[in-house]
Amino acid sequence: MVNTNVTLCGLELANPVIPASGTFGYGLEFAKLYDINCLGSFSCKGTTLEPRFGNPTPRIAEGNAGMLNSVGLQNPGVDAVIAEEFPKLAQVFRKPILANVCGFSVEEYVAVARKFDACDQVGWLELNISCPNVHGGGMGFGTSCDSAAEVTAAVKAVTKKPLIVKLTPNVTDIVSIAKACEEAGADAISLINTVLAMRIDLKTRKPVLRNITGGLSGPAVFPLALRMVWQVYEAVQIPILGLGGVSTSEDVIEMMLSGATAVGVGAANLRDPFACKRIIEQLPAVMERYGITDLKSIIGGAHHG
Amino acid sequence: MNQSTFTLIQNTPLTASVHELKLRGDCSAITVPGQFVQVSLPGKFLRRPFSVCDWTEDTLTLCVQRNGSGTEALCSLPAGTELDLLTGLGNGYSTRHVTPIPLLVGGGSGVGALYSLAKHLCDRGKVVTAALCFRTAADVYYVNQFKAIDAQVYVYTEDGSMGEQGNALDALELTHSQLFACGPLGMLAALDANEELDAQLSLEARMGCGFGACMGCTIETADGPRRVCADGPVFPGGVITW
Repeated sequence: MVNTNVTLCGLELANPVIPASGTFGYGLEFAKLYDINCLGSFSCKGTTLEPRFGNPTPRIAEGNAGMLNSVGLQNPGVDAVIAEEFPKLAQVFRKPILANVCGFSVEEYVAVARKFDACDQVGWLELNISCPNVHGGGMGFGTSCDSAAEVTAAVKAVTKKPLIVKLTPNVTDIVSIAKACEEAGADAISLINTVLAMRIDLKTRKPVLRNITGGLSGPAVFPLALRMVWQVYEAVQIPILGLGGVSTSEDVIEMMLSGATAVGVGAANLRDPFACKRIIEQLPAVMERYGITDLKSIIGGAHHG
Repeated sequence: MNQSTFTLIQNTPLTASVHELKLRGDCSAITVPGQFVQVSLPGKFLRRPFSVCDWTEDTLTLCVQRNGSGTEALCSLPAGTELDLLTGLGNGYSTRHVTPIPLLVGGGSGVGALYSLAKHLCDRGKVVTAALCFRTAADVYYVNQFKAIDAQVYVYTEDGSMGEQGNALDALELTHSQLFACGPLGMLAALDANEELDAQLSLEARMGCGFGACMGCTIETADGPRRVCADGPVFPGGVITW
């Protein structure tokens, strides 16, 4: 028997697999397909104070071994999420979730965080300072040490729940930003959000995405994410939720060897709605194949010796 | 929704750009005309959405327009190829209350997508008027299929090279009745501008997942944002913000 348990900021997970924000809605579409209680947890769709339509369409494009999206944080607003989505979710999911907190100002992040902090269903707050598809917010906070630290400290001050700060890879030095968040009170770091990218339609000679740019995700970014998790693991003491292109049980193990305590699965859910279920089911056999009996013992394992 | 493996059993070019694909597999998740499937293609990350043209318990018919490298690859696959499909996606047409003489208007690749609805309505004794609209004679397909199920078929081409010269809007003169339409967004928007119509419009969209998770294909409606894949692809007339 192998042990897949891990602990993320004091909360135990039956396994490290966490569907990533924006690829799992508020859980309900997937709950129709399989019992989502098999998940470690999941991160809900990025949520702002007010409802948002997001960016104009087309807002999906394909990449080699991946996809681009410029959805731009479509969500019904935090009040509707708590009043309508969470009660429905409670019917199908018994575990605490990661509430993904978005905003366009420090005040908005704080206001959304306060509301989620009052929800029993929320185990962790995931502070999204890394969305590449909105202007005047999102990634804007995650590209400098000062602004990342400012919003981290402000949100930390209003929540009792563990605070995970989600970082963007679209920076010159992700390590310094991760350290700034740790110093400002972050309890964990999640990385990476999507990589800023674009496609051009040869027939129209125009960008495919109406927003021109979007975020690249999927297997194409896995080695990049793995490298950034490695670098951040060397620099911080707090746990890492590693994500970016993870599609298989082997990817989960590789991400943990690089330094991740828990592992997000994003774009894979959109291509294969059963991706997380499959990864979790196959994990014990893959662990055995590589001689792993206790999954948490391999966290950061590639750094030692 | 089901995820399962289908086998391509027939790949027939209907025109220079449209292929009819027949596949064998489990169609139990397909319940209503107007639903769609998501096809996984070798070497492509995103699946491609296609309307169900026709289905039985274990056979599925799709009409695929060659539009880019993905559909190009799909149309060149030989019989025997296995493909991973998500089936039973989308709401489909509501056929509970249909007038005795419904009007079906298809444009381009939307023509094939109306076939199973036409068949379903003809089976129920409705007198189906099918207006099949194309750019030019070389694009025309499926006329005989609609005739074979006893639909009243009218062909329109923009240049008049086959059937009547005209487009989907001209078809509205055939009968003032309940409208079911599938085709390019511009065609649907033009039809939807006729406010007095009792219409159901099937939209196409660039999709990510196809089952409501990614919010990639959202449109604005009178009732708020709606996902074409999960809340549609069929929407009633008069609600879409074009």
